[in-house]
Amino acid sequence: MANSFSGADASLRTDRAVRRGPALQFTVDDQPVDAFAGESVAAALFAVGRRELRQSPRDSAPRGMFCMMGSCQECLVWVGQRQVPACQVPVTAGLAVQTLSFRRQHLD
Amino acid sequence: MINPADSSALRKIDLLVMGAGPAGARAALRAKASGLSVVLVDENNDAGGQVWRPLPDGFGRLPGIVAPVEARDGDALRHELRQAGVLCLFGHKVWNVGSNLRTDVISPEGSVSWLPSALLVATGTTERVIPFAGWTAPGVMGLAAATILLKSQNMLPGRRTLVVGCGPLLLAVANGILKAGGEVAAVIDLASRMDWLRTLSALRARPDLLWQGMRWQANLRLAGVPMLYRHGIESVVATQAGFDARVQPVDATGAPVDGAGRVFSVDAVTVGHGLVPGTDVTRLLRARHYYSADIGGWVAESDEMGRTSVPGLFVAGDGAGVAGAAAAGAHGELAALACAHDLGRVSQQNYALERTGLLAQRKQPARFGRAMAGLMALREGAVAAIKPETVVCRCEDVTRAEIDAAAKEGACDLNQLKAWTRCGMGPCQGRTCGDVVGALLALNVGSRESVGYFTGRAPLRPVSLAEVAGQYTYADIPIPKAAPL
Repeated sequence: MANSFSGADASLRTDRAVRRGPALQFTVDDQPVDAFAGESVAAALFAVGRRELRQSPRDSAPRGMFCMMGSCQECLVWVGQRQVPACQVPVTAGLAVQTLSFRRQHLD
Repeated sequence: MINPADSSALRKIDLLVMGAGPAGARAALRAKASGLSVVLVDENNDAGGQVWRPLPDGFGRLPGIVAPVEARDGDALRHELRQAGVLCLFGHKVWNVGSNLRTDVISPEGSVSWLPSALLVATGTTERVIPFAGWTAPGVMGLAAATILLKSQNMLPGRRTLVVGCGPLLLAVANGILKAGGEVAAVIDLASRMDWLRTLSALRARPDLLWQGMRWQANLRLAGVPMLYRHGIESVVATQAGFDARVQPVDATGAPVDGAGRVFSVDAVTVGHGLVPGTDVTRLLRARHYYSADIGGWVAESDEMGRTSVPGLFVAGDGAGVAGAAAAGAHGELAALACAHDLGRVSQQNYALERTGLLAQRKQPARFGRAMAGLMALREGAVAAIKPETVVCRCEDVTRAEIDAAAKEGACDLNQLKAWTRCGMGPCQGRTCGDVVGALLALNVGSRESVGYFTGRAPLRPVSLAEVAGQYTYADIPIPKAAPL
């Protein structure tokens, strides 16, 4: 999947005031992603510059997290047998996340 | 005694509270103190709502760091809930409510149903964003989304961010970004300086928040952040490094006016044009609603105790009309008190006494909250300026031109429009676009009252068949005995 944003050279994670959970790795479409316990899948992906999570149904336009509170459904991904908003799923070590387009390709 | 492991029976309780923000949590506490059996349900992992969202498990404050006021208020509330032993179902989604108030909830273990005598809806608000060219691009997000990133993920929305929209969230987000070490390209505010000054008399009720607002303004000035009042966003265009965001001067209605526009090169845009009360459940139960732009749009009719037109159904907090977190707590307690009263669990004298106290408690903060809500009210000129090719309904990619065409062909209320164009029919159930689409259709056919609102429909959240069916198998299907021949 194309990364719609290439300028993520500096980290978006800030080190002010707050200590993060332990570092861990999860996967998106079989690719490893570094994150910290306590982050949501949506935020962790955003922080590493992976902003596009799916394509809109009619125009196939790129979409990513938008409301961050589980309302807009823009950041839907597959976790196991469920489609869930990535903003509502906390990362865990070894968690396997698949984008909708990845799952579709691999079903064919 | 409620046994959460027993999923077969309907669980009867006095009160089910939906939403564990300031209104819902305080309501649950008061209901519990009044001797009602109560459960508090929230799809988030802890109480606090959006305004008092906690740090996630695993995160902690560095030594010597004093928590911000909102975090302290939230921590105190969460502590109180645990102390009181309120039964809290976090990580639970309500996906349907029946006319007898039967509430179907998806828990991590499957679907369970509760049968409360009373239901309090305290589901807060969602954010309104008035569409513009490029607003669906990843990297453009709500002000509320940016707040969550900053507050509970310790993350910036971008290295260099444009902060756009109206209302107090503009200042909160811009300051949060500066404090976290990010850059704010500019703050683009639909309101004028005069609009802000007009809120001063109401702000005097809350000197602490007035002071905070002034400090935020000063911080932005000190950091040299341009503050463009009476400006709106025209478009966002993707570039190699992020976005070029074009802004333009607007009038009091948010409509573009002649004057020099400006372009900011940024890697993120956060935008919010106010808060819309969450009315999914009250619309689903066909409660009577009314439209009031000053408090966010359509809300369920309710008395000062939160009683709606549906017996046993209560509303409290911003979902009943935007008035802010400080007023929401007392509103929630009023609703819980009314519920205890209506169930015959509190004496007339105590009811009258406590009611007077709580109404007084709510008055000043509500005045402040309403002034802020006024700054966030929908601007019709900004809606009228949406370009024909711009997508309005994100779920179904429905453009302004398609909505206007349907209106010309005779779609005169929102549900007709939905049936004709699929606008508002997607997985978000019209929560994201509903308010703006109502305004667009009203431009074509008349008032907001005449176009109405999307009829509430289950499921309130997308659910899989497996989640709903749970352990139900073929053998469980009841087969009626055949009639005798």
